[in-house]
Amino acid sequence: MNMKKVFAILLAMMMVFSLAACSGGSNEPAAEPAEEGGEAAEGAVQIHIGATGPLTGGAAIYGQAVKNGAEIAVDEINEMGGIQFIFQMEDDTHDPEKAENAYNALVDWGMDMMMGTVTSAPAEVTAADAYADRYFFLTPSASSTNVIDGKDNIFQMCFTDPNQGSGSATYIAENNMAEKIAIIWKNDDSYSTGIRNTFVEKAGELGLNIVTEETFTEATKTDFSVQIAKCQEAGADLVFLPMYYEPASLILNQANAAGYAPTWFGVDGMDGILTMEGFDTSLAEGVVVLTPYSADDDSELNQNFVAKYQEKFGEIPNQFAADGYDCIYAMYQAATAAGIDPSTMDHEAICDAMVAQFTSMTFNGLTGADMTWGADGTVSKMPNAVVIENGAYVGM
Amino acid sequence: MSFLNYLVSGLSLGSVYAIIALGYTMVYGIAKMLNFAHGDVIMVGAYICFFAFTRYGLNPFISVILAMLVCTCLGIVIEKLAYKPLRQAPSLAVLITAIGVSYLLQNLALLFWSSNPKVFNPIIPNKSINLGGLTVSYITLLTILVCVAIMIVLTTFINKTKLGKAMRAVSEDKGAAQLMGIDVNTTISVTFAIGSGLAAIAGVLLCSAYPNLTPTTGSMPGIKAFTAAVFGGIGSIPGAFLGGLLLGIIENLAKAYISTQISDAIVFGVLIIVLLVKPAGLLGKPTREKV
Repeated sequence: MNMKKVFAILLAMMMVFSLAACSGGSNEPAAEPAEEGGEAAEGAVQIHIGATGPLTGGAAIYGQAVKNGAEIAVDEINEMGGIQFIFQMEDDTHDPEKAENAYNALVDWGMDMMMGTVTSAPAEVTAADAYADRYFFLTPSASSTNVIDGKDNIFQMCFTDPNQGSGSATYIAENNMAEKIAIIWKNDDSYSTGIRNTFVEKAGELGLNIVTEETFTEATKTDFSVQIAKCQEAGADLVFLPMYYEPASLILNQANAAGYAPTWFGVDGMDGILTMEGFDTSLAEGVVVLTPYSADDDSELNQNFVAKYQEKFGEIPNQFAADGYDCIYAMYQAATAAGIDPSTMDHEAICDAMVAQFTSMTFNGLTGADMTWGADGTVSKMPNAVVIENGAYVGM
Repeated sequence: MSFLNYLVSGLSLGSVYAIIALGYTMVYGIAKMLNFAHGDVIMVGAYICFFAFTRYGLNPFISVILAMLVCTCLGIVIEKLAYKPLRQAPSLAVLITAIGVSYLLQNLALLFWSSNPKVFNPIIPNKSINLGGLTVSYITLLTILVCVAIMIVLTTFINKTKLGKAMRAVSEDKGAAQLMGIDVNTTISVTFAIGSGLAAIAGVLLCSAYPNLTPTTGSMPGIKAFTAAVFGGIGSIPGAFLGGLLLGIIENLAKAYISTQISDAIVFGVLIIVLLVKPAGLLGKPTREKV
């Protein structure tokens, strides 16, 4: 009897602990930006911008970078004194279910418009919600077409997956980068699958020679020796890696151990590999990444951003940080032009006004000049390839 | 020649599964419970070694010993707090508790160490030797050697020592063992201590071979190793070894010669067939239902 009581108490304690462990992780980061709202000037137009992204978890590098970039933009805009932005980012740990909760928390907080969800799988959930509830939604980096398909108020700052796939194939073909191409992709992930499909399609049109395609899943993302050996056997001189940086780091490591050194070609998910704790950056030497942003661009806008970012966060910004920064400025431009004022407009009216602006305006940002958006929510801008040299991205 | 290469990489993966499976099977064989938290103790071991070796630059040998000590203590604490009070409870209650402990460890790790992936520096140089076209990495060799050594030591320990005899007695019949003057609680605690110490070694080897470390690092290999233990006959130490190796080899050969897309389906398909033909697993003894 006594034992049972002790055990019951113990179990209860365990539950409390594990709950505390869960919520501790997600509440903490969200709490900081809320304070910034307090400084807004009296009487000024205040716009509440909500966002969700992975601030912890395997994809945390993306969420953190977007948050950092967006905060710099918000600070700059608020200093200018006109419209005041109040920015709140909730943690979704790259998990669709948690993203749903994060979205609901933002609605309760009083969000006027949403700076999207950072990664694709959770963004599919939040974008569907924002479409149903009529919140304007601009995602910095969720590139899957499922995020925007059939939703008039959902816009992307990044390329869609089809664009990344076909863009990569075009780039490889135009620069004659490879005779034989191998692909390693994650076939239980919509991001990876989407890019791979359009890459293969475009490669077929351009006459690129794909010699082998290897896959892995969430359950088999540790051992890549067979996939690497098969690419090597097939004689591939370029391996296309449409995936996030975490499995990519293992592939680079294991290929190095196997003595295989083709050209590695990644897409935006590869961004972040250099800032992974303990990663030997020499393994990533020569990796080509297709990205619309490179930190060594010498325009004044970019140099200013890089300097501020380094001062505040001690790192060189990656593409996600630039996407976050651009998102805030694009929303600022549209909100100013449309005369958005949440004190007289509800979020549905704001949404309609913002959609009208986005489909007609031209925006100059860090990730591209003269960006325009189609009614389907896709952005048109030019992609660049960067190569990793001495642990930093260098334009090609 | 490439077949041999696939075989070796399968052996490498399989020997990691085998070391983890040894821990599962030993605890099951003696305490008659499935310790689902085993995979997470592995993760803790890997983190301890990561901090000692990569962060603070301790000697790799000392780091591994430290990880083993911490995991052994952790195993004893888990056993005392979570499992011991349930000695007389139905086995389902213990199973659920084990799953609870598994989540508790994962979430504590998330809280303390955050879920940003850490890159684990291998404890021995990340090099390989070339034997006439066949490349074998040092880690693979080390893993296989350690695995065989552990299996031999464990088998000898259980068959030859007094404590081993006590373990076998407890495994056969707890009540009768107690009547014969065996301290059942201590015996089971020692089993957990050994199992958790092994988990630390498994964690270090797992992360040396596949160097990404996150709070969920142990869970998938844990499940695969559990499969391996069932495959080889749960409770049987040579069975866990054999099951682990076979699982790794089947997985890699299926990836190499059939398709990377359906390798898991093939692995688990083989498991189902084996269990249909030999319900106790490859080396498991068919047991009579004891009442």
